[in-house]
Amino acid sequence: MSDPREREREREPGIEAVVIGGSAGAVTALGSILSELPASFPAVLVVLHIPATSPSLLVDVYAPHCRMRVCEPEAFERIERGSVYFAPPDYHLLVERNRRCALSIEPPVRFSRPSVDVLFGSAAAAYGSKLAAVVLTGASDDGSEGLRAVHAAGGVSIVQEPASAEAPTMPRAALAAVPSARVVGLSEIARQLLSLAQAT
Amino acid sequence: MQGQGDLEIDLLLGAIYQRFQYDFRQYSRASVRRRVALALTALDCKTISALQERILHDEAAFPVLLSYLTVQVSDLFRDPAYFRVFRERIVPVLQTYPSLKIWVAGCSTGEEVYSFAILLRETGLLDKTILYATDINAEALRTAEAGIYSIDRMKAFTANHQASGAPCSLSTYYTAKYGSATFDRGLRKRVVFSDHSLATDTVFAEVQVVSCRNVLIYFEPPLQERAAGLFRDSLCLRGFLGLGSRETLRFSKHDGDFEGFAPSERWYRRK
Repeated sequence: MSDPREREREREPGIEAVVIGGSAGAVTALGSILSELPASFPAVLVVLHIPATSPSLLVDVYAPHCRMRVCEPEAFERIERGSVYFAPPDYHLLVERNRRCALSIEPPVRFSRPSVDVLFGSAAAAYGSKLAAVVLTGASDDGSEGLRAVHAAGGVSIVQEPASAEAPTMPRAALAAVPSARVVGLSEIARQLLSLAQAT
Repeated sequence: MQGQGDLEIDLLLGAIYQRFQYDFRQYSRASVRRRVALALTALDCKTISALQERILHDEAAFPVLLSYLTVQVSDLFRDPAYFRVFRERIVPVLQTYPSLKIWVAGCSTGEEVYSFAILLRETGLLDKTILYATDINAEALRTAEAGIYSIDRMKAFTANHQASGAPCSLSTYYTAKYGSATFDRGLRKRVVFSDHSLATDTVFAEVQVVSCRNVLIYFEPPLQERAAGLFRDSLCLRGFLGLGSRETLRFSKHDGDFEGFAPSERWYRRK
């Protein structure tokens, strides 16, 4: 790594960002995680499979219960600590190496736009080992390829315990892709993320 | 390893620019990296360097890579509120002009072009309008010109069309056959389909409306500046600029040349 900013990031303790993906049942599951995170928590980027509505309601749903700032980013918006970024409906959300959001209307991936795989894959390339990825409840297999990429890049893989998931298909597919992922009950996920953020 | 991948992409994009004059060097790198990875599989290349060699020596390979780098999937009347503002608030202004030119920049496979053509016909403006539909991908332009879409998409298109304030059913404008919907040829008799790059080409006409949606999302800020400058220079005084629902000129030096017209629906007006 020749970029001095990258070297500096390498020295910082703990993870730099968290990516989260979910589908059926994940709106509630995600709320229980986000409400536990402090205002200064590392950046969180989220893909939820929900029907596209315009304007989207995600910010309105989560903002009142979060200490972090909640937003749907514009293209090339800078990714900052203390903010939660939701993929806007009908756009893929990606992470640029220079810590900015990218948006795309390339075709749906595994029938999904936004796609968890697309977010996770780009975040793995950007953050490497400074990333934690969480696969929540869901009824598709989106996220498993992305989790594999996060794992391969040295990031931390967390999968919601299938038994505690409203729809276990997505966590199961993720576990099949990354058998060594941490299997964590929903109520325990926020605590794990907090300790990863503080790790030295 | 990460540095290596970026180096190879830099070299590939440099080669594409020098050999084919397509400039992807200031495109969203995260998107390009992903699209190139898919093209590697499609063209059966093991490395990005191998892909570079392939496109330089195999004429058939570059169009394939180009289609991966530029493939976008939009809908007819995507974001119906955008078209509702056009129908209800912009058309009345346009009706005061004796003739009209509208530029749909980065039209891809034409969904937005047909949306405008339909809306202009519904408001009696189509016959006095020239629509410029431009894109860098010749294959996408051919698809746009053909005006044939899968019948599976018509349900969503119809709902969008209705939500835009349509006076009649979308089915008025197409004939369904063999699983596809072919749009009325009359809709494109006022459309000029043309190859044009926001990255390398210049202004070609003075227009009253520019609609460029979900194109700037791929452009890094310097390239966005270039495109925004083209829009400013193409638009007549008080002309309208429409952008995608996650796009803005707020960070651009050209921001001062535009004022919000319906900013939440992403319509702006040339000052």
